Amino acid sequence: MPSSTRKVDPVIDESGTAQTPWQAIVWNDPVNLMSYVTYVLQKLFGYPEPKATALMLDVHHKGKAAVSSGDKEKIETDVAKLHAAGLWATMQRT
Amino acid sequence: MNGWKRSGRGAKARLVATMEVQEAAVLRGLIGEVRQMLAARTAENPADELGELTGMRIGPSAGPEDRVLARLLPDFSRDDANLSAALRSLHEPALIEAKEAASAVVLETLPEHGGRVELTVEQADAWLAALNDVRLALGTALDVTEDLPEELPPDDARSAHLGVYQWLTFVQDALVQSRMQLR
Repeated sequence: MPSSTRKVDPVIDESGTAQTPWQAIVWNDPVNLMSYVTYVLQKLFGYPEPKATALMLDVHHKGKAAVSSGDKEKIETDVAKLHAAGLWATMQRT
Repeated sequence: MNGWKRSGRGAKARLVATMEVQEAAVLRGLIGEVRQMLAARTAENPADELGELTGMRIGPSAGPEDRVLARLLPDFSRDDANLSAALRSLHEPALIEAKEAASAVVLETLPEHGGRVELTVEQADAWLAALNDVRLALGTALDVTEDLPEELPPDDARSAHLGVYQWLTFVQDALVQSRMQLR
């Protein structure tokens, strides 16, 4: 993103939620197929196949991968979708 | 069952397979067992009056004790028990409904005595989710690990079930591969 030269006063978010970034984490699991995990990541998040495959391989080799990030509400929805697909997913603050 | 073949194009694209009598019986039976487990979980949580009034269903805040159900209905957080409890009661009823809807599609499209299975793209996605649930349930019950051998010693009590698990793996993997070529 290009940076602006104009100085802007930082906006302080008093609620402490809207700006807090969260991540959806997918954990390795002995049952879920590599092909299926890749397909689910493409379908739920619209990721191109190379990105979905890379994330799936991270899950497989490193035990977990952050598959999406955003505000708490978005990540909550993402984790709910991952659960409906049968993936082992949790959410955490970054 | 010899894998999935594609028929038609675009909106008319279908994924087609033929199931043997025993294959249909095994899959329908396992789907039925998972549905019973989920229904029992729902029944443990009687609908409250406020929920019926507002249409906002509140599920249980504690995770299932049964490890198969626990795998089908996972926690939202690993380290924040309060967050997990709050989000479980908010999301679990819809999660169970989604699983029941997916498995219902399998029961509707898989003839009781086997035969031709013909799926639209949406039905194929429901099959993938339902097959995954059945594999999660069986895999958890069998203590499947990533380095599980193809065959167990014949005296291992899990030996017969492992064959079923591997067949389900084949059916699901073949369906993913066919489905991925359909966009």
